[in-house]
Amino acid sequence: MKRWINKQKNIIDFTISSLLRRKGKNTALFFVYTVIVFLLSSVMFYTHALKKEAKIILQSTPDIVVQRTMAGRHDLIPVRYAEEIRKIRGVNAATPRLWGYYYDPQSRANFTLMVSESHPLPSGDIIIGSGISRTLKVFQGDMMTFRTFKGDLLTLQVADILSSKSELVSSDLILLSEEDFRYLTGMAKEQATDVVVRVRNPKEFKTVAVKIVNLLPDTRPILKDEILRTYDSIFDWRSGMVVLVIFISVLAFIIFSWDKASGLSADERMEIGILKAIGWETSDVINMKFWEGTAISLTSFLSGVVLAYVHIFFTSAPLFVQVLKGWSILYPSFKLTPFINPYQIATLFFLTVVPYTVATIIPSWRAATVDPDSIMRS
Amino acid sequence: MRRSVVYLSGLGFLFLLLAGIFFHAMYRQEHAVPRLNEMARIVKDLELTDLCLFTEARYTRHPSQADLQTAFQDHPMAMEHFPSGSFMKIPEGIGRNNGYETLDK
Repeated sequence: MKRWINKQKNIIDFTISSLLRRKGKNTALFFVYTVIVFLLSSVMFYTHALKKEAKIILQSTPDIVVQRTMAGRHDLIPVRYAEEIRKIRGVNAATPRLWGYYYDPQSRANFTLMVSESHPLPSGDIIIGSGISRTLKVFQGDMMTFRTFKGDLLTLQVADILSSKSELVSSDLILLSEEDFRYLTGMAKEQATDVVVRVRNPKEFKTVAVKIVNLLPDTRPILKDEILRTYDSIFDWRSGMVVLVIFISVLAFIIFSWDKASGLSADERMEIGILKAIGWETSDVINMKFWEGTAISLTSFLSGVVLAYVHIFFTSAPLFVQVLKGWSILYPSFKLTPFINPYQIATLFFLTVVPYTVATIIPSWRAATVDPDSIMRS
Repeated sequence: MRRSVVYLSGLGFLFLLLAGIFFHAMYRQEHAVPRLNEMARIVKDLELTDLCLFTEARYTRHPSQADLQTAFQDHPMAMEHFPSGSFMKIPEGIGRNNGYETLDK
């Protein structure tokens, strides 16, 4: 055993010296490899953590949200629809929800206005999300002015700011009284944005939804399961822009693996010829090439994964923020919880390390089985 | 010191870091429970349906509440007007007979 270990150590010594002889080329290879692994891992870590967090947070989302549609578009729902839905067997509660958007031309930010029964507010007071407070520098006790649907100004006082811990769901929220909401938006008393339905038995969500559609054919029920699935599909690492990043990375990886696999340089062939001529076995040459592949691929892989982890979970993904932010003025400031699992690491390993190691061994095996004399002469 | 020893030590150190990220993740997950609970409470209290990630347009702010045909309204995989649109996958329901269509009469 000791002899085998010593042999491996000698081969590694030789491999490192050989790699250092082509320092420039191998450093560039290590750098490109690390960047590709870093990109792939960053995307995987980010999307998985966001999906997992969405799944946990949105577990308490309404069971069913009923929208009214008109001419194929979301329309305001009559409040009496809630009463009719309440009559359906299995429905625990059906409450009209008042919410909408407000575009502030000065800051060019979009706010989400909402009336909440859990935060009853007197007319004239609002509670704002911490994203609004941070971006617009508005604090408790300050006044905010809004332009109503008629064009006149409505000034409301910030009574409180929602906890910054909840920024991922409440960054752009403005909670206000029903009176102020209707005055600002012009929504009639008998109308609401949608209806939230609570169902007693989770197994009956779909049955109740079908009953709602049969009773009120101009409505569209959105089930809790569909809300959860939306986030599952948005941040699926096999979708949208994510798949594009992965595609480009894998393509770059294939190009340099192909470069390796398509043959060895004259220098490398000569080196193998000399080694064989001085008595190295074919297995020793393959062993050396295995360590060479491992030295580059495993080191790059581990460095890439660790750097990606730091990028996503320590520094809040600064490389992705600009892309995710798009044209938004309000963007939540949040640190994702690292939800990682061995399956992700194994997937990355098989996507990157295994093909590269195989790609370096095969041409070496071919060169190592040829007569050394003919290699050196060629 | 032999080069092999330096290399193997470096590799060992990187493996330790890899193991370290799993321990760090476990530690952070435990400490994230109050924050996640707080968010879940706000979602329940305010009856929220979406994460506040993309505030640039209606259908990116509340993707779960958007009309079926709102996001990617031109055609699937069309270039989006808003940058964040390119992060979103085509809604599952388009072109397929799943739960959505049976409810959207």
